[in-house]
Amino acid sequence: MTELSGTDETSATMDRGEESASMTPERRADAVSGANEEASATGARLVVVGHGPTAYRLIETLVDRGFDGAITVLGEEPRAAYDRVALTSYLAGKSAEDLTYPVPDGVTLRLGARVTGIDREGKVVTTADGHAEPYDILVLATGSSPFVPPVPGKDLQGCFVYRTLDDLDAIRDASRGATAGVVIGGGLLGLEAADALRGLGLSTHVVEMGGWLMPRQVDEGGGSVLRGHIEALGLGVHTGAGVKEIVAGPEGRVTGLVKPDGETIEAQVVVFSAGVRPRDELARSSGLAVGERGGIVVDDGMRTSDPAIYAVGECALHDGVVYGLVGPCFTMAEVAADRILGGEGAFARADLSTKLKLLGVEVAQFGAMDGALDVTFMDPVTGVYQKLFVSDDARTLLGGICVGDATPYNTLKPFVGRELPGSPSELLFTGGPANMDLPDDAQVCSCNNVTHGQVCSAIAEKGLTDVAGIKECTRAGTTCGSCIPMLKQILVKSGVEVSKALCEHFTYSRAELFDIVRVRGITTFSQLIAEHGSGRGCDVCKPTVASILASLHGGHILDGEQAALQDTNDHFLANIQRNGTYSVVPRIPGGEITPDKLIVIGEVARDFGLYTKITGGQRIDLFGARVEQLPLIWKRLVDAGFESGHAYGKALRTVKSCVGSTWCRYGVQDSVGLAIALELRYRGLRSPHKLKSAVSGCARECAEARGKDFGIIATEQGWNLYVGGNGGFTPRHADLFASDLSTDELIRVIDRFLMFYIRTADRLQRTSVWLENQGLDYVKEVVLEDSLGICAELDAQMERHVAGYADEWRAVLEDQDRLRRFVSFVNAPGTPDPSIAFVPERDQVKPVLIPLEPVRS
Amino acid sequence: MTVLSEDLHGDLRESSRSTGWTPVCAYTDLMPERGACVLVGGRQIAVFRTFDGSLYALGNYDPFSGAYVLSRGIVGTRGEEPTVSSPMHKQVFSLLTGVCLDDAEVVVPTYPVRVAGGTVEVSAP
Repeated sequence: MTELSGTDETSATMDRGEESASMTPERRADAVSGANEEASATGARLVVVGHGPTAYRLIETLVDRGFDGAITVLGEEPRAAYDRVALTSYLAGKSAEDLTYPVPDGVTLRLGARVTGIDREGKVVTTADGHAEPYDILVLATGSSPFVPPVPGKDLQGCFVYRTLDDLDAIRDASRGATAGVVIGGGLLGLEAADALRGLGLSTHVVEMGGWLMPRQVDEGGGSVLRGHIEALGLGVHTGAGVKEIVAGPEGRVTGLVKPDGETIEAQVVVFSAGVRPRDELARSSGLAVGERGGIVVDDGMRTSDPAIYAVGECALHDGVVYGLVGPCFTMAEVAADRILGGEGAFARADLSTKLKLLGVEVAQFGAMDGALDVTFMDPVTGVYQKLFVSDDARTLLGGICVGDATPYNTLKPFVGRELPGSPSELLFTGGPANMDLPDDAQVCSCNNVTHGQVCSAIAEKGLTDVAGIKECTRAGTTCGSCIPMLKQILVKSGVEVSKALCEHFTYSRAELFDIVRVRGITTFSQLIAEHGSGRGCDVCKPTVASILASLHGGHILDGEQAALQDTNDHFLANIQRNGTYSVVPRIPGGEITPDKLIVIGEVARDFGLYTKITGGQRIDLFGARVEQLPLIWKRLVDAGFESGHAYGKALRTVKSCVGSTWCRYGVQDSVGLAIALELRYRGLRSPHKLKSAVSGCARECAEARGKDFGIIATEQGWNLYVGGNGGFTPRHADLFASDLSTDELIRVIDRFLMFYIRTADRLQRTSVWLENQGLDYVKEVVLEDSLGICAELDAQMERHVAGYADEWRAVLEDQDRLRRFVSFVNAPGTPDPSIAFVPERDQVKPVLIPLEPVRS
Repeated sequence: MTVLSEDLHGDLRESSRSTGWTPVCAYTDLMPERGACVLVGGRQIAVFRTFDGSLYALGNYDPFSGAYVLSRGIVGTRGEEPTVSSPMHKQVFSLLTGVCLDDAEVVVPTYPVRVAGGTVEVSAP
């Protein structure tokens, strides 16, 4: 689970040994059935103050569950709610739009609307600009604000907090002319801020008042291992150190920070990350009960001292605890939504387990941070520190701490409060129990409060076979992703025998067949099926093997036996249409075309009577060609300097582009040039499914690159690469994979990404689903850090593809044997297929379809 | 209907209702595990050569899509049965019987086919 923002001493001072699931499955079911009766009777005016992640989760839940009242959200920030957990990714290249949550239909959102007063009597809230909004139900989701300790110089130019996108913009601007930065606060968010400063090119220091880093998550031993990791990255770490003052130069800008011991740390950027305070001032001024140390007092149903007003998220104080973690905040939102809908949902003390990767170091904490006994595993060479806290009989797990390797978090967290599946030292040395039987009520995903039992029943009832399916059905793994390794294990253990067999002819998956072909050097389908399969194949395995052979060995797709493996589209190198004719799509790399070539396409279409349409991939599609016309059409195109293109087949389709910096006044890089280079590099690359790409010349993203398998967006420093995007049936925005790459670096990363996908994906699995199953972090490790040691091989494979590419269509024209196949009838090569007929429509042809007349036995 | 050599003839029932054999192409014109379409008396017939060299002939009309395309499907096996799958929507037909193995109610016609002197001959009524 990840923090919504830093916590400070006012929050999370609960007994960490307590394991709780705030809403049991039964309670959820009750709540839902209760809601069905009540929801239709509401029709109430609901006003939400604040628009952050928790508010978003609240309204999303209400809308999903059919709340029929009017929802108005008043947000103080000038922008809609965004994913604050992913805040730092904004500096790494994600745009504000990437992080922004959608606003559900029917919800009125007023931005820049700071609420200044609540008239509880009249049930009206007023905003700073004088607007009055009446309510029947009010929800306060005002969040928290960063705590800035009262040190001299805290308001100087160059001092910042780390909370909003605007803060990050300001930090980025200030970093341009700076060389060094310091973060005050060595907690989770402080280290995240330090990572951001380092990413902005600053020499970075962290000042922590406590005796070690991340005192909330790790003990002293873990803290010192963590310190070693962070110092190895070149960051300065000052623990047990406060701030005496922040000093400025003659022009009033920050020049450094003075510690109590008098040492000065030079810095032009200072970021305060010393915890947060609940934003309870509105509740306070309206007379609602607030805690002694801040926070709006709520009951188990998230109701404040006024029954018409709820409070959720970081501003709420439940049972003496303010929560800064995303998981409990989301649960609060769901409980409040349930109560608003008439349910009985209740919030209970939440699990504060945390797992994250900061500055490349895994840090995790779960359950209690003390116990009668503890067992520690430490490897100073690799910088791994793992500690388990257990009961005095060493049988019950109370909690654990991990630095450097969080495997125990994944495997052991569900056992907190339960009997351990082995001796603690053995579990630490072996990385987890060999045979792990999780109890059904063990929580697997703490962000979304999903139990092992819920995951198992979703797998069984919905017949799920992959992580993507579990995410879709249960929400587990959709927020911070730290439970994905466990979801994979549950799938394996679920007993649902997932057949990986490609078809009746091969018991292997596509990825396994790929390895067999690669390792054994198999070059023909006949050899593969004779040695590793049965029968003579089918329309599933033949094209799959054809694709594997093409990916690994190149050569023309109609060479020898391979010709018999191809689907009709690859066999005729064109795209079959519903009347049995084909369409031809000349390759127009990057969508750039000369007027002369455009005229040739028009002439070809006119001379062959082809229906002509502009495609979504910046090409021109020519429809209605009979097989015997295809070579004649290609000939005309080849003579004019074209090749035909793949609008079919499991291969690269197009690389779209916007016009880029050459012409566009906003463009920052030559997107067209890059798109052409990429299309020419990857054309003809056979893959498990089609591959689409696009290049945008600036952050406005006119080429829609984030809907592509690999999309590139220009930055002022270079290129950002996004992967795993998809349109179609299940749209998915691509994930940021790497930022500010040079063109050479970009191409290398794409080469490896594509080859790793080709090597490991299932048949007809787009990069989007493949990425969900592999996990973004894992693919990054393989491609960017070469964690499997295969990058040299992937590079070489792509080099072979690029060097071996030849125009497949021209190769047909140059080979009489292949040409002879392009006839409608072998015994009447001159006769066109009489079943094909056209009628005019809007000045072009359209096929006359033959009425269906199935022959029934 | 399979003919392994030119000495073998089609089954009598099939031959009896056919109007005779029409030569359509050289045996070597057919690629192993692919089909080709021939026009016989205005009828489109898909002729297939399987891996073991056997020949089969089905109507070229795909009853699921309404297009004349079966000759362009992928040839394979299901169990022991030689098959072709429609290139449109992948329904699989038996090359032996013409029955659709995904929907046994749907059948396409089969035709006798043989090799005579290196020439493929089809018999259509």
